[in-house]
Amino acid sequence: MSLLFVLIGTLAFTIAAPVLGCLLAGLDRKITARMQGRVGPPLLQPYYDVRKLIEKDNVSVNSTEGTYITCALVFTLLAGGIFYSGGNLLMSVFVITLSGLFFIVAAYSTRSPYAEIGANRETLQVMAYEPMVLFMAVAFYMAAGTFDSAGVFALDAPVVSSIWLVFLGFLFILTIKLRKSPFDLSYSHHAHQELVKGITTEMSGKTLAKVEVMHWCENVLFLGWVGMFFVWANPVSIVLALVVIALVYFLEIWIDNNFARVKWQAMLSSAWIVAFVAGFVNIAVLAYL
Amino acid sequence: MAMLGFLILFPLVVAAVLLVVRNNRARNVIVGASALVIGLASIWLVATYLGAPWVSFEFESPVIDYVSTIVSVLVAAAILYYGIRYKNVWACVLAVIQVVGSLVFEFGFAHAIDVTEGLYLDSLSLLMAFIIGVIGSGICVYALGYMEDFQAHEPEGAKDRRPVFFALMFVFLAAMFLIVFSNNMVWLFTGWEVTTVCSFLLIAYTRTDEAIKNAFRQIIMNMLGGLAFLLALYVSAIQLGTLSLLEFLQIGVSNPALVVLPVCALAFAGLTKAAQMPFHTWLLGAMVAPTPTSALLHSSTMVKAGVFLLVKLAPVFLVCPVPSVMVILVGGITFALCSFMAISQTNAKRVLAYSTIANLGLITACAGVGTPEAVWAAAFLILFHAIAKSLLFLCVGTAEHHIGSRDIEDMDLLFERMPRLARFMMLGIMCMFIAPFGMLIAKWATLVSFVDTGQIALVLLLAFGSAATFMFWAKWLGKLSGIAGRPDNVEMTVHKSEWTSIMLMAVLIIIGCVCLPVISWIIVEPYVYSVFGTLGQDIASANLWIASIAAAIIAIVLFAGLGRNKAKKVDIYLAGVSADNEARVFRNSLSGESSATSRNMYLEGVFGEKRINPVGTVACALVIIVAFAFSAVALLGLF
Repeated sequence: MSLLFVLIGTLAFTIAAPVLGCLLAGLDRKITARMQGRVGPPLLQPYYDVRKLIEKDNVSVNSTEGTYITCALVFTLLAGGIFYSGGNLLMSVFVITLSGLFFIVAAYSTRSPYAEIGANRETLQVMAYEPMVLFMAVAFYMAAGTFDSAGVFALDAPVVSSIWLVFLGFLFILTIKLRKSPFDLSYSHHAHQELVKGITTEMSGKTLAKVEVMHWCENVLFLGWVGMFFVWANPVSIVLALVVIALVYFLEIWIDNNFARVKWQAMLSSAWIVAFVAGFVNIAVLAYL
Repeated sequence: MAMLGFLILFPLVVAAVLLVVRNNRARNVIVGASALVIGLASIWLVATYLGAPWVSFEFESPVIDYVSTIVSVLVAAAILYYGIRYKNVWACVLAVIQVVGSLVFEFGFAHAIDVTEGLYLDSLSLLMAFIIGVIGSGICVYALGYMEDFQAHEPEGAKDRRPVFFALMFVFLAAMFLIVFSNNMVWLFTGWEVTTVCSFLLIAYTRTDEAIKNAFRQIIMNMLGGLAFLLALYVSAIQLGTLSLLEFLQIGVSNPALVVLPVCALAFAGLTKAAQMPFHTWLLGAMVAPTPTSALLHSSTMVKAGVFLLVKLAPVFLVCPVPSVMVILVGGITFALCSFMAISQTNAKRVLAYSTIANLGLITACAGVGTPEAVWAAAFLILFHAIAKSLLFLCVGTAEHHIGSRDIEDMDLLFERMPRLARFMMLGIMCMFIAPFGMLIAKWATLVSFVDTGQIALVLLLAFGSAATFMFWAKWLGKLSGIAGRPDNVEMTVHKSEWTSIMLMAVLIIIGCVCLPVISWIIVEPYVYSVFGTLGQDIASANLWIASIAAAIIAIVLFAGLGRNKAKKVDIYLAGVSADNEARVFRNSLSGESSATSRNMYLEGVFGEKRINPVGTVACALVIIVAFAFSAVALLGLF
């Protein structure tokens, strides 16, 4: 039965997430431009970009890269489907990690030195944020009594009331997950601080289009995780969650525009310290107090 | 019961035959046929007793008691012989203590105690029998081709010691069967000591200085564990008046205060055998042996005997805090720190060794927690680790013989030079660390059981350790996947026997991952139920099925989907016009040629052995010392 839910959820996510994610990306570019004193592209610019990429010639440096990226995209959709159909949060976390792995392997398979550096850094990024993501799922379980995201609708108070420290920690690593500066080590939208094009150096045409769509979907999923902290049995809470999501995304854009890329040492140590302080301390408090 | 006897005795017979057969072809036939027989017999045993609770077999024989004492003494005598020959004082001292200890025990104490039900089996034993019988004998088959190449690489006129090598491998299997089926703890101890001495001889196989040194390190550490086991036997015989494993566990569960010291001692024996910190160095040293030895030690035998004993003790750990805390802390710390150290290694076998130690640490921690969920996770970790690790060792061994290196940086382009092998290796690596494959599902259950029991420190160690795990596997996986032009395929000369074993492991992985819910239902759950009376299944089966479907998809993509893309090929970007794309050479701005190089990150400064090893060794040693101090106090308190 819940298998069927996940299937329906994945289909729905496949349709809705690219649309929402595309609009979000357009909004992102507009707000960023305003922050920098520019007018910015039209809202649908990300869509035009991807459409153009799809129309390009089918050119590739090897025969496997595209397949890996397709896998990455499919598993992103599955992760989103699991989460938004009310399924297991940990499962969603693991499947999105799998998607990340395929992305990394795709870059490695090209043997381009630049893509390899990007892939190396992406691996480091995963290592940096993974503990906090696991703590987030564990803390959610302890606060809500279930790993199922649907469980929030049965709560008397949103989980953030007891795991606000974890929420703050999660916000910190969300910057890495959304690939925002200062933690955009592997793949940046800011040309001035990027080595060629990082992990996507050798990706082009349809493959690059898939990467873009994958990022849109990822963003929708991660923001869903943010919203999950603020939902409880009261239906109005969904509005509250949407407001929080909007604020969080604005905050991320602001951070993106105000900080330069850091070295990996700074990213790894800060992310792990945050995970320890915010995640572990909060979980220990929940367990023992 | 005849089946159990057959599984224990048949490999011994084969070993005896192999010892005298010097003809290559005859040996191939014998090893192949008997591996098939052992594999089928163990599958048949599993099928016959599928879902069985604890089944005891009435079987006692003073002759076997004497034989097992004689074997124990012979084992110690062999160690004494090598200790004197290579002038290793510690090995001699420990061997003498053991000879005296086991003789006094047999004639002073054990003789008076009858164990009427000498053999038993339950679902955990069946799982182990499957691992030993199928994976273990698969490795023996692999060794045929490997050792032929190995011998060819030896200097001219080197002595061909292969008969001894293969005999030892089969003795190893027999000893392992003895360990998993013995209810009589004296027999169990005999099997335990035989595995110790077999691995000593296998590690020392090449007789180089390094091999001898590492073999002695192994024997000293494991004899310490053996002595702890003997101590447990003494306490059990004197204080509890029993030498039956079942009765020992029952007494332990109903009256935990009585068994603090023997359980601590047995746990210590398990920790040494499972190469937990501070004893992890013996498993790292064991790498000097030919690769089939490593595969055997790491996947289906030796270290698995250690965790098998710990998992057996899990119900006692649940009610007995001192040994439980010791095992949990040592396992957890070992998992996190060894995962960290694996990041800094470039040698493929060393990465595998650290990952083995780390995963054994996780199993150990699960056993220490001892709840039904944790035991469920431990059983799956044992199964999938055995399959995936043997696959990886076999692949690395074959790659080493064909590309001439076991350095991960040299495995660049393996996807093209050895396309099939690289895919198998990728499958093995993925099975080790990523959803939806078996190990991660088990880790997931581990995480949930740690949270449910409030083991917050373990959640911490698991979270950071898993992050490190991702790093060191992902970068290796990346190296393998690299594709450039069309270098020569050097895969054609791989022996058929090697392919057979590698295929066997790969098929087992795929079946295991896709049928994970079924395995849980027919093997692991019956064991958990028979021990605890409840299941406490914590991963909803819907999630298991999602994982199973996803695993099937990945397997299909890996073996059927990759490389079918018909896109137009272009050169990669190299900051100039490509001169030779395969070698990453390009024309630079001065019209000269530059070549681009890139290596993976090994983060030596952060995760280097020098930094992390002392921390783990000291921390785990302290934990063990404190636990023994506590249990000694508890023992005195009883009188």
